[in-house]
Amino acid sequence: MSNRQGVPRHHLLTVLVENKAGVLARVAGLFSRRGYNIFSLAVAPTDDERFSRISIVVDVESAPLEQIVAQLDKLVNVVEISELHPSEAREAELLLVTVGADPGERAQVIQLVGVYNGSIVDVGQREISVMLAGSPESLDDFEELMRPYGIVELQRTGRVALPKLGSRASAASLGRGLAAVAGSE
Amino acid sequence: MQLTGAQALVKSLEMQGVEVVFGLPGGAILPVYDPIIDSSIRHILVRHEQGAGHMAEGYAHVTGQPGVAMVTSGPGATNIVTPLCDAYMDSVPLVCITGQVPSTSIGTDAFQEADITGITMGVTKHNWLVTDAADIPRVIKEAFHVATTGRPGPVLVDLPKDVSNATMDWYWPESVDLPGYRPVAEPDRAAVEAAATLIAAAERPVIYAGGGILKARACEALADLAELTGTPVVTTLMARGALPDSHPLNLGMPGMHGSYAAVTAMQRADLLIALGSRFDDRVTGKVSAFAPLAKVIHVDIDKAEIGKVRRPEVGLAADCRLATEAIAETVRHRGDADDRRAARQPWRDQVSRWRAELPYAYDGDGETGAASSASAASAVGELPGRPPLLKPQFVLETLRDATPEDTILASGVGQHQMWASQFWRFERPYSWVNSGGLGTMGFSIPAAIGAKVGRPDSMVWAVDGDGCFQMTAQELVTASAEGIPVKIAILNNGYLGMVRQWQHMFYEERYSEVYLSPDLPDYVGWAEAMGCVGLRVETPEEVRPAIEKANQIDDRPVVIDFRTDSMEQVFPMVPAGASNDDIVVHPSQRAVLGARAADEEGGR
Repeated sequence: MSNRQGVPRHHLLTVLVENKAGVLARVAGLFSRRGYNIFSLAVAPTDDERFSRISIVVDVESAPLEQIVAQLDKLVNVVEISELHPSEAREAELLLVTVGADPGERAQVIQLVGVYNGSIVDVGQREISVMLAGSPESLDDFEELMRPYGIVELQRTGRVALPKLGSRASAASLGRGLAAVAGSE
Repeated sequence: MQLTGAQALVKSLEMQGVEVVFGLPGGAILPVYDPIIDSSIRHILVRHEQGAGHMAEGYAHVTGQPGVAMVTSGPGATNIVTPLCDAYMDSVPLVCITGQVPSTSIGTDAFQEADITGITMGVTKHNWLVTDAADIPRVIKEAFHVATTGRPGPVLVDLPKDVSNATMDWYWPESVDLPGYRPVAEPDRAAVEAAATLIAAAERPVIYAGGGILKARACEALADLAELTGTPVVTTLMARGALPDSHPLNLGMPGMHGSYAAVTAMQRADLLIALGSRFDDRVTGKVSAFAPLAKVIHVDIDKAEIGKVRRPEVGLAADCRLATEAIAETVRHRGDADDRRAARQPWRDQVSRWRAELPYAYDGDGETGAASSASAASAVGELPGRPPLLKPQFVLETLRDATPEDTILASGVGQHQMWASQFWRFERPYSWVNSGGLGTMGFSIPAAIGAKVGRPDSMVWAVDGDGCFQMTAQELVTASAEGIPVKIAILNNGYLGMVRQWQHMFYEERYSEVYLSPDLPDYVGWAEAMGCVGLRVETPEEVRPAIEKANQIDDRPVVIDFRTDSMEQVFPMVPAGASNDDIVVHPSQRAVLGARAADEEGGR
């Protein structure tokens, strides 16, 4: 997900939201009505039941990141926004895939699953289901390797991320891009 | 104390200090209308829910207090979406209460069910679906807090019928707890210093004052900063009245139909001080060619506006009044303000020359092009084979001169709106009520009614187009029934005039679906049927007497049908998408503009 200059096109925003009805619709609606592109989106409860966390990978070519962050911050249910540059993030994603695996090919598939540290979660007569967690790039690679065997069904969760240890201080919270803009937070 | 949800709602509104609610009842909101009978709150029964929304906006525009509208579910709620969107675009504090089908029926496509919180998510600051009667006081307090703080805007509270009917133990919350809502206020010191430094260095500064000045009650701060620094000011469509038009530094409205001086001053400026303005496309024209030489200081309470369209050198996300005061104080503190102001005299002389040479002009307004020299005899458009028609600008000038100074003017949307902004003289804030961002035709009649309710001691005139009038005229029935004596001046040219102007200019005069007829409907007959006084004016001599007659009538609304020249166009004009340098002035001024351009060329 880089453009030709090698500058990452995507950024990851971790958005802490109030756990209220319609919050996801508010966030998704904002992206759609302002024309911001979402690469992926994952939502899960946090250890505090009042809040949920939405992890959004945004296309920063569709709009400047600072504008996306500032618009998100206006949503009343959005409590905090953290922004992670891909180079400062440990990103992970989960993939579930069912691939064709005739008896003659099954061993090859299982071998590839082993190489990627995936696990076999189901086995049928002619298909097997695999679970794989890892960086989004490694999931992309694995998906390509499975394709020749015939992907029957595939689901990915969308990515979640944490700041790399040692660069935690640089995982800025909201509005970091607005260097010249100083509000009293 | 046990109350029903409906009683709790009405009591919550009372606790918020609400004095008037504009609304129309229906099935799902019925429980709330019962305690309204016993409440101190005045309820104004509208004829269409859109009217309730625009009335609440008009009320909010002139009072600064949040307007409140209450309607039923389904069509009642969807009918008020346009005013919500209008209020969202123009940052008008509005609290809209909608009835909803019982919570047990939500999602079943019940009778008059509409997902109004879903529908209005994109046109409100926030909205709430109340699911428990005990939440009502808290939600109402939050709703008013969100509507009125930070960048003001509309909010909506959706109240299912079973929640209204349920009982709760009354309480009134001390404070609001909204962890994700933290409007900024105080300006950042370093940014204020940086702004003062940019101002000190500026030779050709312009203050670009927007509607945020009015929302922040920052008019005095604006005048102080302008005078202290000797900086010319442009007042956007939303900011008309923020600085008196008679103020020597006021260049009037910028933008697509702005004054030549305002548009050109921004194009030549080396510094734009944007205060509560948002670089709207109608102001900037082609963004890449807008104010190309200028550095920008941008003050806005909404951080998302800063850098949205134009990246500023200094951005100040803060309350516009506090920031403007802080900048002025810093400039003053540096001690060289007098010298720097004096050094900008050539710039002020230049913009004054533009203003004097190229004022707003129309055919028949006198040899010099000075709008104020219009004489009745020349204020007609003459077309072969047709009776002479009034010049709309002449009607506006006469209306301006024949009404008290504290008159509040409301406007619809289109040519008449632009002429009103151009030819009225705005001398005080909160005297101009119009739909700027959304451009809602039909805004003026209900907005004028709301304004009159908020400012009963001021005369309220609405200037309207014939197209606009037909969209919301039914609210004059409300005005008659409720004894709200607004006055409506229809500039009736029988066309959707602004659309016609674009077809004239950009579609080779192929007029598609813009003719309305000046005679159908009969506006005088219609006005009378609605309980108003109806007058028709066709000649210049009749204009002033008719206005004076209307001014004397205080027991019912008045509608004057001014028959105006349909050929008239709004000038100046910057064609959509063009650079502001390509401003098209009135045909009578093109020689002046050409000579001036040649002079400048020679002087280089």
